[in-house]
Amino acid sequence: MPKRVETIVLHDSSTPVIGDVQKGGSVVITTLDTLLNQARANSLWPLTFGLACCAIEMMSSVAARFDLARFGSEAFRATPRQADVMIIAGRLSKKMAPVLRQIYDQMPEPKWVISMGACASSGGVYNNYAIVQGADQVVPVDIYVPGCPPSPDALIYGVLKLQEKIKRNGARTLQDLRLSEIAHPRTLEKVEA
Amino acid sequence: MELLKDIIRPVVAGFGITARRLKHDKVTVMYPEVKREQYARTRWRHVLTRYDSGLERCIGCSLCAGACPARCIYVEAAENTDQDRKSPGERYAVRYEINMIRCIFCGYCQEACPTGAIVLRKDFELANYKREDFIYTKEMLLEPARAE
Repeated sequence: MPKRVETIVLHDSSTPVIGDVQKGGSVVITTLDTLLNQARANSLWPLTFGLACCAIEMMSSVAARFDLARFGSEAFRATPRQADVMIIAGRLSKKMAPVLRQIYDQMPEPKWVISMGACASSGGVYNNYAIVQGADQVVPVDIYVPGCPPSPDALIYGVLKLQEKIKRNGARTLQDLRLSEIAHPRTLEKVEA
Repeated sequence: MELLKDIIRPVVAGFGITARRLKHDKVTVMYPEVKREQYARTRWRHVLTRYDSGLERCIGCSLCAGACPARCIYVEAAENTDQDRKSPGERYAVRYEINMIRCIFCGYCQEACPTGAIVLRKDFELANYKREDFIYTKEMLLEPARAE
């Protein structure tokens, strides 16, 4: 039975989380962090989440003319377990929102979300009862790509901006590196609670 | 003879197809370095234009906001005075905001505009990190005045 999404989570994953992080960090962690960020940014495997017409442009961005493979993102995965970045391509209906959330939760850390197109980012022209007014009410979104639909080069620009963000991300502690989920086990019960 | 007929010949024929592909032109647009030529009627980022005299074309009539199917344009008009003249008409837009994330780039605002103030140009690199950054104000949309 799908859960109704009622709570509005206005969360931006670019907002720094206040916690007891040590300032500066050690040399080992900062160096490892640079290496990891480079590796992660240059092999972003997207999860296919084509919900509407934006998916056509998403598919086109992987094809020969635009060739997302030049940035290491050619491996579109149909399973959340093997994906790093979720591209929400299309209008997100309220019925689909719990499914989206569950698939997001099933993705292993570290994970990112690209909200592609006007409908996924804000609802677009569909300001009605059926469409979620922005995917950021359900999952934390890292990059918004406007357009209706965004052309493949606009999406590639969004992917490049996401890569910039990942490379800029600095880790202070070992937990920030997000090497394993063992440190923070994320169960479905915990998310639903 | 079996070896030649069944194994070597098909392999050579297969590589022949690959070799023939090599002389074809490359179709990939090397995007961040090279931008492809956009089509003549491509509609992307909005620009508020000016007359050659430097006056703004926008007269603050809100017809674009009325035509917008996504309701993403907000116009607030104010009266022009002889001392402070922004546009040739009676009024000008004191606030002009477009919510770029809600906009669907249909170009109805451009069609509705009686003075041709708002036009959709071809700058497509609009992706950003925060939703708040997509409210484009008049300062961001207005074309800079030409230096005399």
